[in-house]
Amino acid sequence: MQPSCRNARSQKFGSSLILMAACLVLTWAFPSAEAAGPPVKVGVLQSLTGTMAISEVTVKSAEMLAIDQINGAGGVLGRKLVPIVEDGASDPAIFAQKAQKLLEQDKVVTVFGGWTSASRKAMLPVFERFHGLLWYPVQFEGNECSPDIMYSGAQPNQQILPALDWAFEKGYKRIFLLGSDYVFPRTANLILKKHILHRGGVVAGEEYVPLGGTDFSSVVTKIRLAHPQIIFNTLNGDSNVSFFKQMTAVGMPPSKLPVMSFSIAEQEAKAMGPSLVAGSYAAWNYFESLDNTPNKKLVAAYDAKFGAGSVLDDPMVHGYIDVILWAAAVKKAGSFDPNAVRKAAVQLGWTSSAMGNVKFAANQSLYQTAYVGILQPDGMFKILWQSKNPLFPEPYDPLAFPGKHCVLK
Amino acid sequence: MGESAVIAGQAFNGISVASILLLAALGLALSFGVMNVINMAHGEMLMVGGYLSYLTCKFVHGPFAFLVALLIAFAGASLLGGLLEVSVVRWLYGRPLDTLLATWGVSLILQQGARSIFGPIGVEVTAPEWLNGSISIEHGALAGMDLPYVRLFIILLAVVVLSLVALFIARTRWGLLLRAVHQDREMSEALGVNTSRVDSMVFALGTGVAGLAGSALALIAPVTPTVGQSYIVYAFLVVILGGLGSLLGTTLASLLIGLSSAGAQIFMGVSLADVLLLVMVVLFIQFRPKGIVVRHSRALGEA
Repeated sequence: MQPSCRNARSQKFGSSLILMAACLVLTWAFPSAEAAGPPVKVGVLQSLTGTMAISEVTVKSAEMLAIDQINGAGGVLGRKLVPIVEDGASDPAIFAQKAQKLLEQDKVVTVFGGWTSASRKAMLPVFERFHGLLWYPVQFEGNECSPDIMYSGAQPNQQILPALDWAFEKGYKRIFLLGSDYVFPRTANLILKKHILHRGGVVAGEEYVPLGGTDFSSVVTKIRLAHPQIIFNTLNGDSNVSFFKQMTAVGMPPSKLPVMSFSIAEQEAKAMGPSLVAGSYAAWNYFESLDNTPNKKLVAAYDAKFGAGSVLDDPMVHGYIDVILWAAAVKKAGSFDPNAVRKAAVQLGWTSSAMGNVKFAANQSLYQTAYVGILQPDGMFKILWQSKNPLFPEPYDPLAFPGKHCVLK
Repeated sequence: MGESAVIAGQAFNGISVASILLLAALGLALSFGVMNVINMAHGEMLMVGGYLSYLTCKFVHGPFAFLVALLIAFAGASLLGGLLEVSVVRWLYGRPLDTLLATWGVSLILQQGARSIFGPIGVEVTAPEWLNGSISIEHGALAGMDLPYVRLFIILLAVVVLSLVALFIARTRWGLLLRAVHQDREMSEALGVNTSRVDSMVFALGTGVAGLAGSALALIAPVTPTVGQSYIVYAFLVVILGGLGSLLGTTLASLLIGLSSAGAQIFMGVSLADVLLLVMVVLFIQFRPKGIVVRHSRALGEA
């Protein structure tokens, strides 16, 4: 119905008048059976500018695709979704401010968004104060558990520890830890160090560079001195380009010294130029090259909306699945109330998705499968390894944070 | 890799960082010294240079495309700088705070402009073939040291640019006028020097050098709308530490900051080294408020 009304604009005046009238009458006479109530607002809050934009703009696109698909199928509980998109500008303070604006002024029923842990930590008190519900799509360091956040991204035991399993299986036991200087890399490496030592490996070195940093000359020297067998890389955003460029310049491309990256997916590889990072490893819960029907459908739908050759990656698919699972939870709860929705979400049961089978555990994190892949020159990952089953999400690593548990009421 | 190789390697890294800082700060020192203008949009001239080299490398191919890109980055950034001087800075002389605000506004406009045109995601300039690879020292005390061609090229570029600017100031007629205006603006005016033309020229030269810095930077890091922001703070540090308007001071300050930051990074992380650097500069300014090299200039009202 709507497209023909829109096409009417391009017709000649007379016929367009008739068409317009017809459209009006038709809308009047046959209201959609589903779209009964007034539209309902949902928030989409990602960094559209700044150093994190390289990764977050496309997460927004995936979330918008899911919202469009839900609206195309008649909305949720008979109500269309109206996305309110805000820019977190790669700045935690702005994330907090925009989250408050979404909840307080726009009165959105839920928010999809966030990337860096700093952005999530900044938004957390806002969601607690206004009793909102945030769907967070990115792998993170765990060590946090709030009833006001649905953590669909991987917990440490679903991404970094499986990567360590894989590295030990391959005989890489001398590991150099490199990251951007903020909460995710610091905590992830704290957990990694405990596990590396516990399993008899060696931490060859540990270095942090300010977020957005571009000079790696000293870091490269330290890596050369440490003689690691593999680098575990938790650098974020554009810093990765500088790091790989400067490593390649001294004759240590990823093909010579393996690098396992936790923040480089298909999207970043494409932006950086796959030739620069080809041969480097990544651990995720989704790769575009996964061979399953829901994934093929999702890739086709995304290409249809954003053009052939657009690329999907792990956080995007988590963002997409967040919206889908939120809609399913709203249907189950029969309400948009954040408290009812979060309780319904953990009772949804297994859902077949592009990442394989997933399910929210009682701790509001997602059961999911871990994969390790190697980047090919065409920018896609070849999958080398996967966990046997979807892994239970553990927010508190038993070695790094003994005695802590996530209990939500 | 022995201890001496590590120290030599870090010294090399320090000089390489210093050469980028020097290119970024040179123009700032010139416009600050001669015109007493603080140009907050100076960092964006780096960005403009970076994007211009990206565009050039897209359309010009072949092994020496990057040299063309350098020239275009210089020309483009100095043109933009000249335009900025004529349209904004000129009208605000003697009102340093207004200049500060106006040029900051320009910097925000340029950043947002780049974001709209090129998108928020950084773009890449691929280094030409002949800059790939490195000199590896295999024997002797410095065995294991590795000098990437890209960094050698940037150091060479900084040396060449510094010498050209020094020659320009010391040997050409424009340079003579520049020195005259720098020493005593009113007297030069009385003697018939067209000071506003000298100002435009100095400003354009300074921003042009910043454009070169942006172009060189693109070889080792991505070009983003905010690339200027991450270097402008260090550029200001260099200018303040070096002494306002002194070429020699700017060079020494770049080396001091580059080397001490690389030296500190042997023992500590990058973030902590940055903190230490700032503390060092603050302390230094306490003891030598006018910087390393003190120049007496009536332009700065300090005779």
